[in-house]
Amino acid sequence: MKLSRLTVLVMILSLLAAGIAFAGKDLDAVQKKGFIQAGVNGGVFGFGMPDEKGVWKGLDVDTARAIAVAIFGDASKVKFTPLTAQQRFTALQSGEIDVLTRNATRTLSRDTQLGLNFVTVNYYDGQGFLVPNKLGIKSAKELGGATVCVLPGTTTEQNAADFFRSNNLDWKPVVIESTTELAKTFFAGRCDVLTSDASQLAGTRAVAPNPKDYSILPEIISKEPLAPAVRHGDDQFRDIVDFAVLAMINAEEMGITSKNVDEKLKSTDPMVQRFLGVVAGNGAALGLDEKWAYNIIKQVGNYGEVFERNVGVNTTLGIERGLNALWTNGGLMYSPPFK
Amino acid sequence: MSDATITPPREFLKPPVTEVGVLGWLHSNLFNNWYNSLLTILVLLALWQVVPPFFSWTFIDSVWNTPAEVCRDIDGACWSIIPKNISFILFGFFPDGQQWRPGLAMVLLVGLVVFSADRKRWKKSLGVYWLINLVVMGTLMYGGVFGMPVVETSQWSGLPLTFMLSLFGMVAAYPFGVFLALGRRSKMPAIKTLCVIYIEMIRGVPLISLLFMSSVMFPLFLPEGVTINTVLRAQLAIILFTAAYIAEVVRGGLQAMPRGQFEAADSLGLNYNQTMRLIILPQALKIVIPPSLGILLSAFKDTSLVVIISLYDVLKTTKVTLSNPKWTGYSTEAYIFLAVLYFVCCYAMSSYSRRLEKELHTGR
Repeated sequence: MKLSRLTVLVMILSLLAAGIAFAGKDLDAVQKKGFIQAGVNGGVFGFGMPDEKGVWKGLDVDTARAIAVAIFGDASKVKFTPLTAQQRFTALQSGEIDVLTRNATRTLSRDTQLGLNFVTVNYYDGQGFLVPNKLGIKSAKELGGATVCVLPGTTTEQNAADFFRSNNLDWKPVVIESTTELAKTFFAGRCDVLTSDASQLAGTRAVAPNPKDYSILPEIISKEPLAPAVRHGDDQFRDIVDFAVLAMINAEEMGITSKNVDEKLKSTDPMVQRFLGVVAGNGAALGLDEKWAYNIIKQVGNYGEVFERNVGVNTTLGIERGLNALWTNGGLMYSPPFK
Repeated sequence: MSDATITPPREFLKPPVTEVGVLGWLHSNLFNNWYNSLLTILVLLALWQVVPPFFSWTFIDSVWNTPAEVCRDIDGACWSIIPKNISFILFGFFPDGQQWRPGLAMVLLVGLVVFSADRKRWKKSLGVYWLINLVVMGTLMYGGVFGMPVVETSQWSGLPLTFMLSLFGMVAAYPFGVFLALGRRSKMPAIKTLCVIYIEMIRGVPLISLLFMSSVMFPLFLPEGVTINTVLRAQLAIILFTAAYIAEVVRGGLQAMPRGQFEAADSLGLNYNQTMRLIILPQALKIVIPPSLGILLSAFKDTSLVVIISLYDVLKTTKVTLSNPKWTGYSTEAYIFLAVLYFVCCYAMSSYSRRLEKELHTGR
């Protein structure tokens, strides 16, 4: 008797779960409420963080704004929910947020088992090493016996363990909970090496007492393609999110910026005309206003502008484009044709 | 030989200088034997090593309101992190230019708490003041009238959030806890069992797991599109948690009531409600004032655990400020500021509890 009740309960719960994972019409819901709810990271500078005035800033934040512009033509029609690493996927599954732009690495299991769809990557990251120059180390292969500062729990620790094991090197991990304390410990000399995502390493080096005394080793030991994600069940919404990211990349490739986008409206190039909605078609295909791509570039900017504004060489982070350059410049950013 | 009888006036010898005054005190307390002397010298040496550098770090070499770049070149504390980020640390996402609203709400709240501290004012009218104040505070925070733009609860953060979570947590948890305590002592088995299960279950898990449940598990059980406000979820978790602890403390007070009190009430013909309301609870609650305030104190500090579910209380806003590379190196200064802030609040609460205890002490 008890068992059968339990079974019924489990069935009800799984039905509920199924209902949550596969209910469609996210786009309808978003349009009805009049804004898009985006899950972001609350504390990673350059990607998703409020500034001194509580205004959200970052690459992921701007990506979410681009999606809002695509749907509503207005970059302010987005609300941000800061999420921890543990909360982020549940929040998306349960419908608390509509889209997750929170430097989440796309992996097979996340894409399938969690009921998520990742779209185009908006930042290619990878794990690297930061060392003081005085050690004279030029390659990660020379790190045998090193004490390594690392954050706990995340894939970072596991990647480092894998790297040292596969290269038959000894290492002593020094596990420290928060990024700021990690940096302090490292600069105080308690460990020889600091390992983290390359994007973070640049920021960490920037706050060193003397940044020139430290360098990032050339080896990148993991692949971290960070991409926005939506939940299963609404393909049209997924397409919109996907093409909002692609539009920024495509605009950079076409040389369209927020400054010259109005001039480009007069362009005679048919590709540019289609892209900016001068010649109709793309908007209708996505179920959006024909000016959607124009609006994104005008209000948020192309990918290059967003990158340079938030994490580029002139910011505190000072990150080179690297893998995130356009494919024409040796990077991985590549957009399918807009036609 | 008459001279011999005249003795010169006896000279009153002063005690040796080493026995009176500062020196005497030093001698009898700090240098009264060899190992105490050794300890004193060691402690003095340690203090000499620690205090002057700390003093000059804090006050002499420090800067108080400069851009972050200046801090890189100095040896002392960079207190600039506080004034330069104060609006975010205190009020978080509350829109710039509207921050007088939470500020005013906080002043009203603290003012009323101080006002209520005097027992002479514990009358019906105080309840009315609180009601009015809550409405005013709610209006100030949420807005939407008198030309104040709406600020949604998701933007409530910083110190107002800390105060709100702890104050409403305490206010709602207390009566709930009293009912639980009464329920646990009830003679009706169903009620008693329910209360015991509830209290023991909540006391058996850490607050952090309750918060996780409310923010990670709970949304999955709701139909899609139905979401309950995050702040409200955390608030509920805090109330449920605090209530269980209050219940046990109050139960202790109830158990301390002698049987005679119940029997006297019975012989007067009072029913259960009257007995509890007029005779037992007033005395029992008086006994448990010190432990209750202890629980409320820890509830106040526990609210900072909402950090783990991404609510931006004052601890989280400070942490976020520290993740800005400009300010990353100055966590010591920021945390000292926070510690002072928490200390002021907690010390005020605990000294009030001591005063209340003294005032209510009737020899029982």
